[in-house]
Amino acid sequence: MLKELLEKYEKKEDLLLEILLECQVVKSDHFISKDDIKEIADYLSIPESKVCSVLSFYTFFSDKPRGKYIIQVCKDIPCYISSDVNVLNIIEKELGIRVNETTSNKQFTLEYTSCLGCCEAGPVMRINDKIYTHLTADKIKAILSEYRVYM
Amino acid sequence: MNMVNLTINNVKVSVKEDTSILQAAKQYSMNIPTLCYYEDLNIKSDCRVCVVEIDGKKGLTSACSTPVREGMVVNTNSPRVLNARKTIVELILSNHDTNCTTCVKNMKCELQSLARNLGIDENRFPSVFEKCDIDDNNPAIVRNPNLCIKCGRCVDVCNNVQGTSVLAILGRGHETRVSAVFDEDLNDDFCTFCGQCASVCPVGAITEKDDTDLVWHALTDPKKHVIVQVAPAVRVSLGEEVNQAIGTIVTGKMVTAMKILGFDQVFDTDFTADLTIIEEGNELIQRVTNGGILPMMTSCCPGWISYAEQRYPDILDHISSCKSPQQMFGALAKSYYPQKAGLDPKDVFVVSVMPCTAKKYEAKREEMSVDENSPDIDVVLTTRELGKMIKQMGINFENLKETPFDSPFGITTGAAAIFGATGGVMEAAIRTVYEVVNKKPLESLDFKELRGLEGIKEAEVNLGGSMVKVAVAHTLSMAKVLCDQVREGTSPYAFIEIMTCPGGCIGGGGQPYGTTNKVRQERIDSTYRLDASMTLRKSHENPEVIALYKDFLKEPLGELSHHLLHTHYSDRKNK
Repeated sequence: MLKELLEKYEKKEDLLLEILLECQVVKSDHFISKDDIKEIADYLSIPESKVCSVLSFYTFFSDKPRGKYIIQVCKDIPCYISSDVNVLNIIEKELGIRVNETTSNKQFTLEYTSCLGCCEAGPVMRINDKIYTHLTADKIKAILSEYRVYM
Repeated sequence: MNMVNLTINNVKVSVKEDTSILQAAKQYSMNIPTLCYYEDLNIKSDCRVCVVEIDGKKGLTSACSTPVREGMVVNTNSPRVLNARKTIVELILSNHDTNCTTCVKNMKCELQSLARNLGIDENRFPSVFEKCDIDDNNPAIVRNPNLCIKCGRCVDVCNNVQGTSVLAILGRGHETRVSAVFDEDLNDDFCTFCGQCASVCPVGAITEKDDTDLVWHALTDPKKHVIVQVAPAVRVSLGEEVNQAIGTIVTGKMVTAMKILGFDQVFDTDFTADLTIIEEGNELIQRVTNGGILPMMTSCCPGWISYAEQRYPDILDHISSCKSPQQMFGALAKSYYPQKAGLDPKDVFVVSVMPCTAKKYEAKREEMSVDENSPDIDVVLTTRELGKMIKQMGINFENLKETPFDSPFGITTGAAAIFGATGGVMEAAIRTVYEVVNKKPLESLDFKELRGLEGIKEAEVNLGGSMVKVAVAHTLSMAKVLCDQVREGTSPYAFIEIMTCPGGCIGGGGQPYGTTNKVRQERIDSTYRLDASMTLRKSHENPEVIALYKDFLKEPLGELSHHLLHTHYSDRKNK
């Protein structure tokens, strides 16, 4: 599957980010495996360590299997100081998992992220592509139940 | 080149344009402290220790990465600079295992010296240090992330000098770490154990695996007959470990010191370097005359062998089947030597002192065993480890008398002496191959075009009436250039020498810390001085080597030679 995806791209190192992004979306467990890294590095003729570096730099990427909905809680300082509640704790309790874990039905993965660029509207979190701002305990519960409906 | 005038700490200075503030200050005897900066490597400016204040500029500027400008007024030690610098180091220390007295780099650590020079008597920040696992699951290199300060020197060497890209900076922000690819432990699938990372690490985060205890143990075991061999590159660098000037030739004192340490016999790897030339030279002649696979590539360097096995398994048959001098010595030490000395091979304990960390791995390769049970070389020490043992013993090195190496592996030639420098093996081989093929003495023994620190060097030699091209490469990124040619079938050479480390073994991963190109050049100069001073300068004229063939091996590439002195390589890429 990765082979077809790669062949759409020119063999240019600059395209690494685009390739990683598409690879992660397309894959069923939404992560980039060691074999994927090897294949991508080989395709672009760059060291595997370079792909690992890029992958581990961005919280958007993961090298471990993830659920359908990836919840990322901002852990940077502006969100921290604007929080009345502990966003992470609430989600952990609601879903019964700890940070960096996935629910047993593979629906939710809970992660930290660095700044999402909405510091004026903190605390914030992201679920897949969507960003949620001004989080409160009730709001978090409501958002999660919305996703549960889709399950 | 245009000169730029500026003021540093009230001193008017004039330096060439494009000079960094750091270099400009240094030229005028003002040293700005650094941590991530390393001569000859890329400028990273990520530690921020070298910050200085420039008049009219709001923030502080890193001196390593900022070029001088006309009229610039720089203050390298203003209260603001000193405070920032101190804060930076205190923050690094707050996330560091600061048990300095029990650290392998105690008194050799750049962070420790920096903290002392900055007068850090106490740390204003609480420790946030959390212990992580140490990676020591290989015979050569230990990676201790607890000591890592993320300066990036090792990553730079691994990526840009060696082109091996084993180490990388992973993660981000507080979670940034230096790690091997996929966060795996270092292993022989992807690491060559060249040790260049250890060589540039400012702290104790990457070091060789310390085997000195094993040697002390053997030395005090009355049942063991402990012999040691010393590589050519050690005698021009060991001095640095014992407070001698860079490049001091310490051969005689080194032998005396090892006698005091308790070794029963002290032998010279130069002897098996001469032997390597006889075997490898004859292999080359055979390949050239019988239409064998060319170019032939040297096999002395275990880092290069690993690199070829991992990344160029398709060209392994170009590599000479000769074992390295270390392993030729090992094979003889467990066969010929006990026979000659009237000893049981089981009682002979063989130690090597090498400029190299990859030699520790080479000695543990399963094919390096004559009896197929125990390794031919029991322990490999680096130059640094020998220095450590000399200090542990309390030897006053400077005042030692000189002692010659012991027989039967003691007489050597200039050809063997130059094995330690890039181009040396090639030059030594040409001296012998030329005379054997052309059956006349070589007019000039010095192949100056093969010497020095240039990445790839070439020469032409007349062999039996036709001109043959040879090439020499050092560092694996340069080796790659020649390997790609061989792979594509476009290599114009008959013989190629490859050494993993910059400068060859004199710049090896086990050599004294602070090895820069300047230091490498001094060690190289001493190496060729040593060669020029010797009576015998060609391997095939070594009387002990001649005697070894007469008494024991019979002929080069013969049956016994094949069994003891030659080896094979394996594909590690497709295993």
